[in-house]
Amino acid sequence: MHTIQLPAVPALVVTACGIIGCASMPSSSELDQQARAAIKASFRDQGIAKVDRLNQDLGQRACSGPTPPSPEVAQRIEADALAGIRWPESGRYLGDWREGEKLAQNGRGLTWTDTSAAPRDNGASCYNCHQIDKKEISFGTIGPSLWNYGKLRGVRDPGDAAAAPILQYTWGKLWNSKAYAACSNMPRFGHMQLLDEDQLRHLMALLLDPKSPVNQ
Amino acid sequence: MRRGLLVRSGAWAMATLLAGAAAQAQKNTADGIAEYRKMLEDGNPADLFEAKGEALWKQKRGPKNASLESCDLGKGPGVVKGAFVELPRYFADTAKVQDLESRLVSCMQALQGFDGAAIAGTPFGRGEQDNVTALATYVAAASRGLRFSLPQGHPEERRLYEVGKRVFYFRGGPYDFSCASCHGEDGKRIRLQDLPNLTKNPGDGVGFAAWPAYRVSNGQMWGMQLRLNDCYRQQRFPYPGFGSEVTVALGVYMGVNAKGAESIAPAIKR
Repeated sequence: MHTIQLPAVPALVVTACGIIGCASMPSSSELDQQARAAIKASFRDQGIAKVDRLNQDLGQRACSGPTPPSPEVAQRIEADALAGIRWPESGRYLGDWREGEKLAQNGRGLTWTDTSAAPRDNGASCYNCHQIDKKEISFGTIGPSLWNYGKLRGVRDPGDAAAAPILQYTWGKLWNSKAYAACSNMPRFGHMQLLDEDQLRHLMALLLDPKSPVNQ
Repeated sequence: MRRGLLVRSGAWAMATLLAGAAAQAQKNTADGIAEYRKMLEDGNPADLFEAKGEALWKQKRGPKNASLESCDLGKGPGVVKGAFVELPRYFADTAKVQDLESRLVSCMQALQGFDGAAIAGTPFGRGEQDNVTALATYVAAASRGLRFSLPQGHPEERRLYEVGKRVFYFRGGPYDFSCASCHGEDGKRIRLQDLPNLTKNPGDGVGFAAWPAYRVSNGQMWGMQLRLNDCYRQQRFPYPGFGSEVTVALGVYMGVNAKGAESIAPAIKR
């Protein structure tokens, strides 16, 4: 993973401002640097949440503004992400939708009040942002509705070759959402080791198993 | 054939009914929460923190046995009313842009002789940090009904706005979240919780114009510093220092964006 270290220097820039009065606004790139210096100076380690979490990779850095990156940069982020997807062992895509529903409900994990960063201690937080099973009325709207996800995409038999492209896309989206949208709001559950392969299979089943309540 | 059709149309009617019921239940839940908040407004426990803050403001305390009544919150020594809706702002004596809570700590150090760094390092809800929250509640309450109008005349105030904007959009951590992930668009929710769009004025009494607030779910009074701290916890970021540049810069960004919004602080939240 490429990471960009935050610069250690620009505290000086801020001090210099105090001395000479800083009458004119610093340039946009100076402000970028000052913001990075402020971030570096403002956070400290707490429990499992260490300051190295602030070291951005290419995608995080390119998607840190009100405007999206250039198409060239976006394509590079997407291509890197796609190339890094680990496909499931021997093509086993689906687990148990009941376990998937539990994970989708569970919003825990990786904060400084959590004691373990192991995937088994993490939820998938899906309902925070998505409608999934319509029976759950407490769902967020940052992401699209996933109600009838498999049904709407014509997945009647997940073992059928016709379903393969949807299975692959969905696995890829869960593994690294940035493979299909450089600045997607969705966490990269596989790539960042938030969930393990079995947990991803359970989420896949929730979305794609014809028996899942999502597809009724 | 006929039976099949009946069954199918029956199932369709049932599905429609269920979908309708779910939508209705959802509306009722949101309405119910709003109604619940409305009911609580008459007896907001924040009043108790406001009263405690007022007493702390006037009481002689600390190594210097002095009150905070000559503390300058930006509108001159001792002026409390209207100060909240103009913070964070630049203070010449500390040569820094400060938000309400970090300014209160500066006054506690300068006037009362408390150790400001020790207060900043104290966990929320304990010792003098708990008193800072009560003081902030009192100061905010004195501006209830006034509209936000942060000064942007000093170069440092303008610089901090730009730094705050960049901090707001900074993505990082294991989930790739920034403030903007949740607060960059209109009309979004996490679960049933409405999310204010903080890149602009989100409206009267919403977002920056609602904190400090009493949180019913955990029975705690939260100032803006703790509000931001818990946002960063949920962003899966490391721990932002109390009164750190990032937190003050975000205050400037949100406060300037909220220009014209009416303050309802101290509010009551779920």
